[in-house]
Parts: sequence; structure tokens; C-alpha cells
Amino acid sequence: MIDKRWIGHALPPSVLPIERSRLQFFAKAIGETDPVYTDAAAARDAGYPDLPAPPTFLFAAELDSGAAFQLIDLLQIPIAKLLHGEQSFTFHAAACVGDTVTVRSTVSDIYDKKGGALEFVVKTSRAVNQRDELVAEMRTVLVCRH
Amino acid sequence: MTTPTFDTVSVGDTLPPLQLPPVDRTTLALFAGASGDHNPIHIDIDVARRAGMPDVFAQGMLGMAWVGRLLTRWAPQSRLRRFDARFQGITHLGHAMCCSGKVVEKLEQAGERCVRIELHSANQHGQTKIVGEAIVALP
Repeated sequence: MIDKRWIGHALPPSVLPIERSRLQFFAKAIGETDPVYTDAAAARDAGYPDLPAPPTFLFAAELDSGAAFQLIDLLQIPIAKLLHGEQSFTFHAAACVGDTVTVRSTVSDIYDKKGGALEFVVKTSRAVNQRDELVAEMRTVLVCRH
Repeated sequence: MTTPTFDTVSVGDTLPPLQLPPVDRTTLALFAGASGDHNPIHIDIDVARRAGMPDVFAQGMLGMAWVGRLLTRWAPQSRLRRFDARFQGITHLGHAMCCSGKVVEKLEQAGERCVRIELHSANQHGQTKIVGEAIVALP
């Protein structure tokens, strides 16, 4: 069983600089063809200062920093049993090339269903930019399947 | 792109569906690098088999990114207020996903006129992989 004493645990902050080549790579990886996501001129025409990070991109912050997998280790969830159950984003401001986003997350809940056969970890996150403006809120539900 | 407007959109309207090509290993490798998700279960068949899977399989966030494309080609991303996904099944190699969405409610939220969109992603066999919801503010 995942120890419920981790409820309330704060992960170390993850700092993600929004970089042009990374966004272009991400666009290629998801098959994105809208030039807003790859061409700075098209992004400016659409009202952005530079390429915007696509809706789900900020999930990369805690993957790049290692915080996401450190949490899995800390909770002693075997990677083979781990599933991503749910993911939510609430958007407040665009994150564009040149911005630096900092994600701070907390383990907000741990619970189980089916007599412990399924365990759930809920992580809630706030992403702010270099001006400390709220960019997005995120909620992740991880599932450990026994 | 012509942005839909609150007055011209009706409950029951569907978004133009987004059909993806079949998932292959290259896609998974590129997404691992681009997303930062280096979990080898998605890119190394040996690790996947040791975990009891027949082969590597798609990252959940790849499927969500595709649903995101469905949304941002319908309305500009700057209008997207909320985007939720529930992952309901594993997307395997060879699965060709189709992302779809339907307007289910017109509402006012935080002083903005918005629509609630039901989201769905299924493979060529009709198996659901993602269900979700988005809130989009419309002019």
C-alpha cells in the first residue's frame, strides 16, 4: 500500500525554460502542422509574442527535472504497475518562447479502490512564469494497478 | 482559421474529427524525447516485456496532445480555458486514433461566454482510449 503520510508532500519546484527548438520538436512529435506552433511569424500574427507552448506541453516540467519519477520512487510505485489515470489543465495565460515556467506540485490525495487492488495518487500543480503570473493549474491522477 | 463564435455554435455541433496515422515506434521515440517522458516502457520492448506487456505502447500524454490538436484547430489556443482527459485504455502499436468532440453546453463562466465540449478518442476498432472535456471561451 502507498503510505498515506505522503498526502501534503510538496515536490521540489521544477523550472522549465520555454525554448523554440523544443517546441518545434514537440510539434513534430505530435504531428502538429499549424504554423502557429513552429513559425514565430505565424505565432505573432496570431497575437502571441513568440511560439506558444501547446496545451499539454507544461507536463514536461516535472519530467525534465526528474521530480515526476522521483515521486514515483518515493511512493515506491513499481513503474510496471503505474498508469496515468487522469490529467487536467486549467489555463490562465500563454507560455511562449522566452518565458520560464516554474511548476510547484503537492500530493493532494492518496486513496484506493477495490480493496486496495487499485491505488490512486492525486497531484495538484501550479505553473507560474518569470513574472510570477499564474500560467496554468494542473491535476494528475496516477494509478497503481496491483 | 475562422474562430467559431458563441452565437453561431449550437449544442450538438461536432468539431471536425482529427484522424491520426497508426502509432509506430518512431512516433513513440520522438514523443519520449519531445515530452521529456523517458519511461523506457514506451520505447524499449525488453523493458515492456519484463513489465508483462506484449510490446511498447503509447504514452498517455501523446493521446492527450492529439486531442489538444483537435481543439486548437477548431478555436485558437488562447480561448482554451480548461482541458481534462481520463485515460481509459492503452493505445498499442498500430492503433489509428480518431479524436472527436461535441458541444454539449453553452454557459457563462467568469464573465465569459463559453462552450463545454465532450471529447473522445478511439482507435479503428471503436475502442475508447480517452474521454475528456474542454471549456472554450468564444467571442
